[in-house]
Amino acid sequence: MNAINKRVAADVLVWILLLTMPYWLNGLGGYTSLGSRVLVLALAAMSLNFLLGFTGVLSFGHAAYFGLGAYGAGMTIKYLVPSTLTGIAVGVIVGTTAAAIIGTLIVRLRGIYFAMVTIAFGQVFYYIAFRWNSVTGGDDGLSGWQRLPIDLGFTRIDILGNDKAFYYLVLVCFAIAVAIMAALLRSPFGRTLLAIRENERRARFLGIPVDRHIWFSWLISCVFVSLAGALYALLNNFADPHNLRWDQSGDFVIMAVLGGMRSFWGPLIGAAIFVVLQDYVSSQTDNWMSFIGLFFVLVVLFFPRGVLGLVRRSAPS
Amino acid sequence: MPKDIFSQHLKRRTILKAGLAIGAMQVTSPFVIKALGEEPIKFGLNDPFTGTYAELGKNEKIGCELAIEEINKKGGILSRHVELLSEDSTSADTGTAVQKAHKLIERDKVTFLLGNVNSAMALAIGEVSHQAKVLHIVTGGHTDAVTGTDCHWNVFRVCNTTRMETNSVSKLLFDKFGKKWYFITPDYAFGHTLQQGFEASLKKFGGMEVGASLTPLGTSDFSSYLIKAQAAKPDVIIFLTAGQDAVNSLKQAVQFGLEKKFHIAGAQQELEVLEGLPPNARIGTWVFEWYWNQPNVPHVKEFVAAIKKKTGGKVPTARHWFGYASVWTCALIANEKKTLDAVKLAKGLENFQLPPEVALMPNKVFYRAGDNQLMPDLYVGHAVEKGPTPEDLFHVDSIVKGVDAALPVSETGCHLKWPTI
Amino acid sequence: MTQLILFNVFNGLIIGAFYALMALGLSLILNLSGVINFAHGGFLAIGGYLAFTLIPYVGFWGALALAPVLTAIIGILVERVLIRRLYGRDPLYSLLLTFGLAFIFEDGTRYIWGPQTLPFSVPDYLASPLSSDYFFLTGYRLFMVVLVAVAVTALFLLLTYTRLGARIRAGTLDLETVSVLGVNVRILRNLNFGLGIYLAGLAGVLAAGMLGLQPTIGSDLIMPSFVAIIIGGLGSLPGTLLGGLLIGVASGVVTVFYPSASEAVIYIMMGLVLLVRPRGLLGEEGRF
Repeated sequence: MNAINKRVAADVLVWILLLTMPYWLNGLGGYTSLGSRVLVLALAAMSLNFLLGFTGVLSFGHAAYFGLGAYGAGMTIKYLVPSTLTGIAVGVIVGTTAAAIIGTLIVRLRGIYFAMVTIAFGQVFYYIAFRWNSVTGGDDGLSGWQRLPIDLGFTRIDILGNDKAFYYLVLVCFAIAVAIMAALLRSPFGRTLLAIRENERRARFLGIPVDRHIWFSWLISCVFVSLAGALYALLNNFADPHNLRWDQSGDFVIMAVLGGMRSFWGPLIGAAIFVVLQDYVSSQTDNWMSFIGLFFVLVVLFFPRGVLGLVRRSAPS
Repeated sequence: MPKDIFSQHLKRRTILKAGLAIGAMQVTSPFVIKALGEEPIKFGLNDPFTGTYAELGKNEKIGCELAIEEINKKGGILSRHVELLSEDSTSADTGTAVQKAHKLIERDKVTFLLGNVNSAMALAIGEVSHQAKVLHIVTGGHTDAVTGTDCHWNVFRVCNTTRMETNSVSKLLFDKFGKKWYFITPDYAFGHTLQQGFEASLKKFGGMEVGASLTPLGTSDFSSYLIKAQAAKPDVIIFLTAGQDAVNSLKQAVQFGLEKKFHIAGAQQELEVLEGLPPNARIGTWVFEWYWNQPNVPHVKEFVAAIKKKTGGKVPTARHWFGYASVWTCALIANEKKTLDAVKLAKGLENFQLPPEVALMPNKVFYRAGDNQLMPDLYVGHAVEKGPTPEDLFHVDSIVKGVDAALPVSETGCHLKWPTI
Repeated sequence: MTQLILFNVFNGLIIGAFYALMALGLSLILNLSGVINFAHGGFLAIGGYLAFTLIPYVGFWGALALAPVLTAIIGILVERVLIRRLYGRDPLYSLLLTFGLAFIFEDGTRYIWGPQTLPFSVPDYLASPLSSDYFFLTGYRLFMVVLVAVAVTALFLLLTYTRLGARIRAGTLDLETVSVLGVNVRILRNLNFGLGIYLAGLAGVLAAGMLGLQPTIGSDLIMPSFVAIIIGGLGSLPGTLLGGLLIGVASGVVTVFYPSASEAVIYIMMGLVLLVRPRGLLGEEGRF
């Protein structure tokens, strides 16, 4: 099988597994909302990886837009319009707008400076959510609201009571996001991003407007991470300042690296491993943090290209 | 037993197969088909065992475990064995708490949900249990909303509301120490409602609030706030901080010598905090929700001894009692009503009184109809640097009945909506 | 009001000194080895816990002397076994590895010493205020400042006048040349890491006296340390010192006017520095 066939086969396999997840996950001792959680965090990790793995830019503050998406969705449903779809839309708009503005400010920085400035903005949003008690609920979080059944006119989808229905909603959003990201990566724009990742100076010498490309890559990745955030809030019926904190951002980075930064589905695998491993180990022992920590250490030392980095021995992408 | 099979696989497995392989391992419990009567009844405890609240969660778990053992010795619930499943909600990530609640309810099919210490998580998992129509006892989250504005028919709470805590001690502080109060308030719902409770008391008695400092949750350095407090020249500095914040703020207050110039007091205090303070910082007038040294109350000595056996000699705190009482509540009501139906049990818990060997308090302890809040006793007293025994760090001066200190149901903002059967 | 501000500036300097101590250790490790040590907070906790365990045997001063050394030894071992393998790779990997280590340390300390807050007491003569008016100038806080000053001075003396110090300084500028000149770079990195961790352990003992000693004691201190380094300038130790003091004072002053922003302000400062002058106040252009 040549490379393209292999890729198609892998894609097909992934989609089949995702489409049928609620059915086989329960049999393996999982539960549907675990699957939803994996999907939502996978979306966040894949969005981050658009920037990290494919453009070569590390952001450690993506949780800010994740959280903005979450609060946007939650506050919309709680205070404005009791509609799930509107909530998702508002969450995405809020996260994206913030990212667009902040992106213009930070796009000239690189490396550790870029990472730290994303942390700076992330933390500022975190403290706003944490302290603005009257609006965001502060440390208690935004509660007292729930995802509402979607009224499509001809039918009502009860995503609140029916976990499977919610899972498929998440899957639909995931599919849309992933399709867009994949299309972008295969386009000339995507190829340019790879060029920037490989050698930024050379790309600049070739006349590519590097900053503008990075800004756009940043924006795309934040659009989808805020979508993930909105879905996360719906999953929990809760929005939480912790979603904005730098360690949440760190989790996304870990998922991307764990699964393989250089591959498209890597972060999905990474998220699956991260979530399921933590879920499983924390049920078995209170010392799960040691095991997870040890796991990170071993992965970084021996499998730095992640799970999929081992699977594919060929050159990146 | 399933657990042994899991650990064997854990050793053999390579690191990479972690993800899906672990998922596969999760359920290889041998499917022995048991008669329905032998299927154990499960309690799910959703509490933090890592992070800031780890100690409190662990203590609640120990209390739960003791109750489970006792229940099984007495024949279980409806002649069935009971068992406790506990899941770590972490101390900060509400998403994990919600996920674990789903796990306990959907996958493990627990009949009763218990938890959480963290108020935000208690609210969030209350939504989950409400959706799933599972009886839920909140063991340790104090935010008023749990039995107030966000109350649900299936959610009951064992620990006090903030209003109960402030009302129980405010008169004493006013009469004994003076009318000018300064608040050190942690900036989250718990702190705010405590302050509001005290402010209501001040208004009633004609006292004066000379100032307040909102301290960010997790503050390590309280000096600026303490400086402001000193400048305001109050009679009492009221510390509303809890947990780690309480340890830091009191430690620093004593380092500044403030206890020599002002009275130090507050509402809720816990033995875990006093144990974490250096001896010279064990000061102040506080309210405890339960205390182990109650020589005149029957059954307490046995409870203390039983817990000491489980903790290797440490005395039980209010947290142990919260876990213990929560589990016993479920067992007692289920055995009395001879059903596991959540709605019937919840209805049965209205005005349900805990028997003395579970209540472990001098007065009548019952769940109030209308908001599902337990009405226990509150122990008003002061911290002592060195008690008659090394663990006796609190001296109880008086006992206040919770039902006297609580807001009437109409003022809590709670409107229970029962499911239409 | 001015008195209040003055109090808070003073106090901020004291806290800032503490942040600076922690950030200096981080900075040392970052400058020479390019390692982003997210486990620094964990080492701080270990320092505090070791001191707590040692106090009954050697007293407070003995623990103060011994605990950081023991922590440094643990640091040296960690560097030898784990961190060494990451040199030459993207700093992202050291970040992730130390992130994992931080988990292990937090869980390990909880496992060994328990989740409860341990009552760490400082000697009485240190713990009381020096004057009634300036009550916040407790003996302990002044002691902290003095200790940090001594440690920082010792550090600068070591770096300026000893051979090891010269090598470290040279190494931060051009490690390859240093190696070519015959210096054993492996040992150099190892000792440098140990030195950084020594400072973390020392900070841990000091922190335990002021805050409650429990497993998460270090985790809230790690981000402010990075902020101090960025504001002061990557690659510059005096910058890190300045950065730490600045964020301490800023935090203290903001607390007077707008306490809700007292923690956010340091991130706002960092954001401004990065947007206006990325190399930091005292950093060099193009360092990273």
